[in-house]
Amino acid sequence: MTTTPRSLTRRALLQQSVAAGAAFVVGSGYVAGSSAAWAMEVQHLQPETMATLIQMARDIYPHDHVGDEFYAAAVKGYDSADAAPGIEAGVAALNAAAVGAGHASYLAAGWERDRVDILRGMENSPFFQMVRGGLVTGLYNQKAVWPLFGYEGESFSKGGYIDRGFDDISWL
Amino acid sequence: MAAPFDLNDDSVVVVIGTGAGGGVLSNELAQKGVSVVALEAGGRYLPQDYINDEWESFGQLAWLDPRTTSGDWRVAKDFSGLPAWIVKAVGGTTTHWAGASLRFQDHEWKARTNYGEVQGANLLDWPIDGAEMAPWYEKAEAKLGVTRTGDRAGLPGNNNFKVFEAGAKALGYEQVHTGRMAINSSDYDERPSCQQVGFCFQGCKFGAKWSAAYTDIPRGEATGNLEVREKAHVARIVHDASGKVTGVEYFDADGNLQMQKARIVCVAGNSFESPRLLLNSASSMFPDGLANSSGQVGRNYMRHMTGSVYAVFDKPVKMWRGTTMAGIIQDESRHDPSRGFVGGYELETLSLGLPFMAAFLDPGAWGREFTTALDMYENMAGMWIVGEDMPQETNRVTLNHDVKDQYGLSVANVHFDDHPNDIAMRNHAYKQGMAVYDAVGATRTFPTPPYPSTHNLGTNRMSENARDGVVNKWGQTHDIANLFISDGSQFTTGAAENPTLTIVALAIRQADHIAREMSAGNL
Repeated sequence: MTTTPRSLTRRALLQQSVAAGAAFVVGSGYVAGSSAAWAMEVQHLQPETMATLIQMARDIYPHDHVGDEFYAAAVKGYDSADAAPGIEAGVAALNAAAVGAGHASYLAAGWERDRVDILRGMENSPFFQMVRGGLVTGLYNQKAVWPLFGYEGESFSKGGYIDRGFDDISWL
Repeated sequence: MAAPFDLNDDSVVVVIGTGAGGGVLSNELAQKGVSVVALEAGGRYLPQDYINDEWESFGQLAWLDPRTTSGDWRVAKDFSGLPAWIVKAVGGTTTHWAGASLRFQDHEWKARTNYGEVQGANLLDWPIDGAEMAPWYEKAEAKLGVTRTGDRAGLPGNNNFKVFEAGAKALGYEQVHTGRMAINSSDYDERPSCQQVGFCFQGCKFGAKWSAAYTDIPRGEATGNLEVREKAHVARIVHDASGKVTGVEYFDADGNLQMQKARIVCVAGNSFESPRLLLNSASSMFPDGLANSSGQVGRNYMRHMTGSVYAVFDKPVKMWRGTTMAGIIQDESRHDPSRGFVGGYELETLSLGLPFMAAFLDPGAWGREFTTALDMYENMAGMWIVGEDMPQETNRVTLNHDVKDQYGLSVANVHFDDHPNDIAMRNHAYKQGMAVYDAVGATRTFPTPPYPSTHNLGTNRMSENARDGVVNKWGQTHDIANLFISDGSQFTTGAAENPTLTIVALAIRQADHIAREMSAGNL
């Protein structure tokens, strides 16, 4: 999960960072939400790369009621020595495609449909498929995400639903 | 409790696999005083071990050894290394199964006669019929505690069922109920009633659902006649110069190759592993694999015509609450060629948790068309389609010599192409399933493609004549008298019904036959 480094108070963070697209700010060794509600340290990836990856994750599986921190958590695993070179290359290709489409970068494309067009153009690439495939578990298997979809998770410890509404539908 | 038999004890029956076929057969033989060594590739997990978490449970129970796929079925594209969703554990896939326990319909035992010649299909009549199987079905239903059979009441319907039932009735369907399920509706056979936990697929933590893992296996062990060796992966069945099988080579839990002698060998490793084992047991005497004089070992692979329909409504359903498979529509299970296909299908409610819904609703899909569906997860209802698919000789399990498992054994390649009859039936079922939900106000419906197969059938099929199949009406191989097939791979055709009840009934019947033949000195 994401954490806010102790040194990164909201004020300090906003003072030290620069905008990366509309949703993110980046500074030395971290990426954060523009509201500074969350931040994540990165060790192996460039902060801009991680910001791009988080935006890409949201554009692949956009849920407007799910905060960026969950997308950040879903792709945090790519910030490793093994994965970083491939991710940097993949994001570079993504940015190159964005430039080809007339944007300064992927994050600079303001409309989701423009970013999705860029993704459609590379959806058969191993990079895209790796990121998409990883998100299926990386995003939807976060227990903290489940309540946002109403899903209640394990029920055995509560005795199942026999007395907790397994048949409580009322609108039929 | 467990009876340790010596590796050189050649009086034992060796059973390979401990699921619906092998687990039941092992216990039934043990109850009759027959000495049994059951070799199980997986470990032992009991209700206290089961996990109410889809991916974590999948990692605990699923058979994840490498396999490869080919053919035009969508599973080969979406899940190329995972053609089946089955279990590697003591009790086999009875840990995971939903519990639907339906008898074949009489006409389904004689598919070739009743459906006629279907181009491209290798249809054949079973050498047995509904009358022959009726008493065995009755024993199987009593063993499993099947609801709506005997004097056992049906289960209560959950939210997912209520939506399904209302839609079915609005559409004019008449055979709609909460199913014949091997899930207790009241205490039965030392197991409690269903607590509506909602994780049937992950192993029932209350033990309300029948599984061989905590019924037949421990009861067989309690007789002193059954020894279950866990994490014992069978590599090869060996035979003598006369062609009779004499034992089984397996890798034990420490990876050491062992050899267990046997009087009789019964293979029950599911429809991929069973033919794979026969093929991997090829010898100079049987160069095409054991029991394969017909050339049918591995062929006629069937997986049921499946698919799912999910629907979103403008109000909550919470389909994950309660029994995973909570009800059935049987009106379409008849054989009625006027619909454009032979055979029939059942519609059965199904629910997936959010993690598996994300993986299975439309594999590979992304973007808002997909995510707006998941956004409405709480308002979703779901059903599974299970229908008779056509046996085809070219749908088959073969050895892939380019890919080896952790023991260096060639893995199974599973080739499957949909038959036009399968496609016509699936399209009909999608249309009917979506109509069920539309009839109660669905705002969106999703004709969801098949998951990796749990109903794997037919790859060592039963036949009257040795040239047409691998085993006779007892599951005994035509070629080798003391070699039996005891799982769903012996199915001649698949019928429309979930196969477990029939696998169990055949296993009880086979145990009776083997014990009798042993007593008579014929085996």
